[in-house]
Amino acid sequence: MNAATAGIARTRQILSTVPDPEIPVLSVLDLGIIRSIEETPDGGLRIEVSPTYSGCPATAMIEADIRTALQNAGFPSVQIVEVLSPPWTSEWISAEGHRKLRDYGISPPTAAATPVCPRCGSADTELISEFGSTPCKALHRCHACLEPFDRFKCI
Amino acid sequence: MSEAVAAGGAPARPAQLFDYLLRIADTSLVLAQRLGEWIGHAPAIEEDLGFANTALDLLGQARLLFAYAAEVEGRGRSEDDLAFLREEADYRNATLAELPNGDFGDTIVRQFLIDAYQIVLYGGLRKSRDARLAEIAAKALKETRYHLRYSSNWLVRLGDGTEESHARVQASLDRFWPHTAEFFDADDLDRAVTGAGIAPPVQDLRADWLRQIEPVLAEATLQRPPDAAHRWYGKQGRHSEHLGHLLADLQYLQRAHPGARW
Repeated sequence: MNAATAGIARTRQILSTVPDPEIPVLSVLDLGIIRSIEETPDGGLRIEVSPTYSGCPATAMIEADIRTALQNAGFPSVQIVEVLSPPWTSEWISAEGHRKLRDYGISPPTAAATPVCPRCGSADTELISEFGSTPCKALHRCHACLEPFDRFKCI
Repeated sequence: MSEAVAAGGAPARPAQLFDYLLRIADTSLVLAQRLGEWIGHAPAIEEDLGFANTALDLLGQARLLFAYAAEVEGRGRSEDDLAFLREEADYRNATLAELPNGDFGDTIVRQFLIDAYQIVLYGGLRKSRDARLAEIAAKALKETRYHLRYSSNWLVRLGDGTEESHARVQASLDRFWPHTAEFFDADDLDRAVTGAGIAPPVQDLRADWLRQIEPVLAEATLQRPPDAAHRWYGKQGRHSEHLGHLLADLQYLQRAHPGARW
């Protein structure tokens, strides 16, 4: 491993500890919003980030958190570039991210017409509201265990 | 700005692109402000959240467009300057977006008509020769799909609901329908941006728009109102008496405390 790839591996490791402010169980890497990581000739980092929802109030905070984490780890020069195209999709959430969401009580985004209840595993569920506590989630109810739960929207 | 030249068409001047971007951005901004007025007042908390989340998406889309418009203009104005510090006559939103919320059914009908319009507009803009506008449209389109799903579901519940809910949303539809002419009547600016390959021809969007809404109207047992000629001015900066009041609310903080941030 040369010095450049070691730096990028370390950057990825640091990014895996930066949480999404709305769903802190997910890191920005799990969320799939990190599009590329490059080292610049002057020894800095250039990171491309895609916003999840255009109205997501956490976007600015996520960028600030990434910058702070990397600066604290000894990368003084961090350039963050917002990339819109192709637009972020919930399909970019990693398999690890799906597992963490389930453990956290949020049904991960899948193509299934009715989501599986993250508490009891039943598929006998219904939509209560298209919009939940954050823009990225919808509210569902499980008919088996009768608990309400959030589902990460497919977008 | 990116190169925006259609085969055989004249390139758009930056001033034309700027004005065109404001038309899209202002419609989203003003509608977001109207939806925000429901916060704490919607009939159920789910609908409070539904309007608030839709407003947030619209605001985010407007920000992307304002930031781009500010660059195109090149006069050092920021997205905030454009959103908060223009005069009423400088807003280019479609009139329908600024009309008062009325009751819940009125808001749903207005939202449904505009959601369906934004679906076909962003669908066309996705293929814009202007790469930046195309990528904003592709992003916005994904969000607009669930906005339309939400407003459509409610329209069906109200239209195919009780005798009273049916009569009330039919009356809303009859009242708002004439304003949709503004979306599909081309003026000089529309023709210029279409000729430059930046925007789809607005008159062609109407058939697609009707294909979006007619099945929902049928399911909601609502009658499509007859088409009638209608004067519109919003996208040219001449507004109903309602916009000034809306802007007084929207701009209050930045006017009273210039440069305030948190």
